[in-house]
Parts: sequence; structure tokens; C-alpha cells
Amino acid sequence: MRELVILSGKGGTGKTSITAAFASLAQNMVLCDADVDAADLHLILRPDFKKTMEFKGGHEAVIKKALCTQCGRCIEVCRFEAVRDTFEIDPIDCEGCGVCVDLCPEKAIDFPETVCGEWYISDTRFGPMVHARLGIAQENSGKLVSLIRDEAKKLAAKNNLDLILTDGPPGIGCPVIASIGQATAILIVAEPTVSGIHDMERVGQLLKHFNIPAMVCINKYDLNPEQTQKIEDLAQKANITVLGRVSFDQTFTEAMIQAKTIFEYSHDSQASREVRQIWDKVLSLPAFNAPVTQILKHL
Amino acid sequence: MIISIASGKGGTGKTTVSTNLALSIGSGVQLFDCDVEEPNVHLFLHPALHKKEPVNAPVPRIDLEKCTFCKKCMNICRFGALAVLKKNVLVFDNLCHSCGGCLEICPEAAVTEKDRSIGDIEHGTVNGISFIHGRLSIGHVMVPPIIKKVRSYTDPNLITIIDSPPGTSCPVIAAMKKADFVLLVTEPTPFGLHDLKLAVETVNILKIPCGLAINRVGIGNDEVNRYAKKENIPVLMEIPFDKRIAQIYSRGEMIIDNMPEYKEKFLDLFKKIVQIVEKKEGRK
Repeated sequence: MRELVILSGKGGTGKTSITAAFASLAQNMVLCDADVDAADLHLILRPDFKKTMEFKGGHEAVIKKALCTQCGRCIEVCRFEAVRDTFEIDPIDCEGCGVCVDLCPEKAIDFPETVCGEWYISDTRFGPMVHARLGIAQENSGKLVSLIRDEAKKLAAKNNLDLILTDGPPGIGCPVIASIGQATAILIVAEPTVSGIHDMERVGQLLKHFNIPAMVCINKYDLNPEQTQKIEDLAQKANITVLGRVSFDQTFTEAMIQAKTIFEYSHDSQASREVRQIWDKVLSLPAFNAPVTQILKHL
Repeated sequence: MIISIASGKGGTGKTTVSTNLALSIGSGVQLFDCDVEEPNVHLFLHPALHKKEPVNAPVPRIDLEKCTFCKKCMNICRFGALAVLKKNVLVFDNLCHSCGGCLEICPEAAVTEKDRSIGDIEHGTVNGISFIHGRLSIGHVMVPPIIKKVRSYTDPNLITIIDSPPGTSCPVIAAMKKADFVLLVTEPTPFGLHDLKLAVETVNILKIPCGLAINRVGIGNDEVNRYAKKENIPVLMEIPFDKRIAQIYSRGEMIIDNMPEYKEKFLDLFKKIVQIVEKKEGRK
């Protein structure tokens, strides 16, 4: 089983549009949208929802008023300032650590499991897809990312599919770390702006920290060819494989409005030709061409 | 007054709006970059940085001389950060949420805490604006404490502008909480609209008035404006799609320096925000 994870560091560089474009080109694949905070891949792929499951990611402390003697122990032990003077717990501030639950002398605090979101198995015109929606203001995004990546692997194994295409979250924090473990390869979609470069370097450092090989492509490269060159130079120094450049092309937005990938929208736009070349390079990577025996071992 | 600049989707122009807004207003402003995973404000403002502080989170250390291996610490820890073995206790710092439960519960006082660095914050100034940003260390995940540390420098006598991280989960909440106003920056595309709706839900949970700045007007369709009208969310600024602006941004320059007519537009945006906050109108 091989998994390509698309990251960027900075948001809005084109991760999802490029993932969707790859979906048009890939064979025998499961799609996975790991940007559980603000998932967008479904807007292009229009999945047919087959299965909806609750995501129970944590617990939330609730004071039982009838038993509470207002001794103040919970206020004292809560490091997240979640207990109000009225002896109510603010669910937004509650970390779910349960320290107040265990230390309340009256055992007056309940600790119900909370539903933090939903996850789905769907069908799309390109293959099955696993995706999710984290509830607003919820924690545990990393747990949900790990869960849907596991489910995508199971789904791939069950259907004899050997590739997972994962659209990752922005940033370098907990959902990103949950997106990269055991991936076959990571592709960073960078943009030629000062912030795009800065953020690509940070995500590159994260991948290096976890010893995961990285590749990069530069989207909207013609917006600033000088900065594009700078990214390629930096990538080379940091041992990040440069896979290519994609032009600034409004067909990405036009295709998105029609819920199409750029290949479905216009087969030979400049950008689609460039994305195809990048995809061919991904497929020719040694990591993607391990002998079957090694792939079996990986399973 | 605290104004948080946020968006569900990344890359819609939060940093562009926060930096140009702060610089247009000038002195009397403090600008906090709370996108601590990927802070970018400094790349545009080049503040003179004069102070750096580490941000630490306490993690437990076990005194094995005192420990009776009773497992109470392991049992209270909901994050799996402690494993009590026969004659040893393993602490997984990366899983610890610094809740202090193990320290409280240990009957032998065998647990102490040690500070672990999770990131840092830097203070600076530029054009009379005071600037602070936070930065998560590579490989770490505890984002909210860094945002809290930055925000602990909030001066109620100043206008505080917060550049928030993207998304809708705990880091965003930490950057929006207790703001007087949230300005949501979006773009008129299906992705922009979808993530805007999530951001509006987030703002609603926190019961903060909000308004929109729509960036790259003309690149997509008018669904965002229709949604704003339907939901009664004021559109406070529209920035047209203009390749010149994209190029100015790509070089790390400010719109108001290159296109001075924008200073008036950002001041107008600020005026509208002040009106909403003072009259407590807008949408809650």
C-alpha cells in the first residue's frame, strides 16, 4: 500500500485543487481528506455518502448541581480556567483532562464522552473516499486524522486498491503530524511568496525532524519567478526533491465552481499539462515502485 | 478594543488585511501574530525585535525513590502520557497536556514538574506599532499556550489586532476568544464560502460580532455576497482580484505602500469596525 500525502504549511496554496487533479489521473486509489477542520475536497468530488459514523474523541466535565457543595476544589485544580464562579464548566475551555472529576470530594462531576465530529465513507467518480468533519471548536483533530487515515488503509486493503491520496491540513501542528506518519511520500505544494517560502521551510523542517522524505512543487510559479527559483534552491539544499512548476491559471477556480477537476474542465490548459508531468514524476519515484513483495511486507 | 482577523480557509488574506490595517491606523496599535504554526506577519513588517521569551509547558518527572508504583498517576492521565511499570515510570512528554493531575493525585509527593520548551514569543516595534508573535517549535503540538502567552500582553488602552490561524478548532478559539470583533477574510470561491460558513459558526459559538472582508473579488462567483446578505453579515471591505496585489504580496511588500489609495480603504474598514463595536450592532 502506498500513500501520497499533500501538504503545504501555508494555507491556500492549492493543496486541494492539486489533490483533486491527481484524483483524475490516478488508478486504483482511495481518497482521504485529512484537513478535518476545513475539508474542501468533497466540494469538487461530490461524494455519494455511504456510511456516516460519529467521532467520539474525548470527554467533557459537567458539574451535577444537586451534589455540588461549591467547595471550590475544581476551580483550584483546573489549569484551563474552565470552571466558572457559578460552578459551571465552560465546554469550550474544558480540556477533557478529568482532573476535577477525579478530585471532586463529592463526586459531583460527570464525565460523559463527547461526539467531536463525524466521519464518512463515500463513493466518488474516481474511487472510494474517507473524509470527516470535526465539530466546531473541538479538540482532538489529530486523533480524527489518524482515524480516517487508518480507515482509508482498511478500505484500500478490502478493495484491493494500492494507492491512497491524502489531502493534508495546513500548518505544522498536531493534525499535520498525524497526517504524515508512515506515509510513502509527502508532496509539499508551495507558492512563490515570502510567506509561502517561510511556511514551506517550516513544514520541511518538520518532515526532516520525523525523517520523512519530502518533495515539492511550486504552484502559481509565474506570479514571482524569482521566488520560485529561491524555493527550488532552498529545496535542493534541504534535500527536498523538486517535482515541477504549475502556472497561475484561473481554470483552477473556474473548474472548482463547476465542481470539476482541472482535467475534467479543460484537458489541455497550461496548468493541466504541468500537473500531469508532476504526477508522472510521482509515479516514477522509487518509493512508489517498490517490488510487490515489499509492498506486501508493508501491509 | 480587540479585533481578531480570522478565516476558516487558509490563504484568503488574513495576514494581508491585518498588516495593512495595523499600519494604516499606525500608533496606538498592537499587532499580535497568533498563527504560531506558520507566523508570517514579520515577513511583511520587518519589525525591530528586541526581546525573545521561551514558552514552556510543565511536564511531570517522577522521583523513583518516593514512588510506590501505585499507578494513580497513570490512571488519572487521560492522555496516556504516563506508563507505570513494575519498577519504573515512563513519561511521554509529547502526549502530556500539562493538566497537573498526576501531581495532584500522587499520595507520595513523588511527582514534580519540569518546564519543557514548546515554542517562543518575540517582541518588536515597527512604525509606532508594538508587535508580538509566537512560534511553535518544530515537532511540538501545544499551540494554545503559545497564543495565550502572546495575548497576555494585551494592553486595554490600545487597539489589539490579532492575526489568527486558519481552521475552526482549538488554536482558532484561543485566538478569537474575548475579542470585541472578528473580521472574517474570505474569497468568492466555493472553497472560500464553505470554510466561511464554518468560521461563522465558530464566531457564533463565541458570541462575538463579525463582519467580512472579501478578497480577490472577481475571481469566482457572487455566492459569498449572497450568503452574507442572507445571514445579515456586513461586508466591510472588498479587495478586487488584481495580479499586481498578488505580486506585491509575493515580494513581502505592503499594499498601502505600493497603492497608497488603499490606506483610506483600510482606515474606512477600521471606522466601520469601531462603529459596530461601539453600537453593539452587527451580527452576534
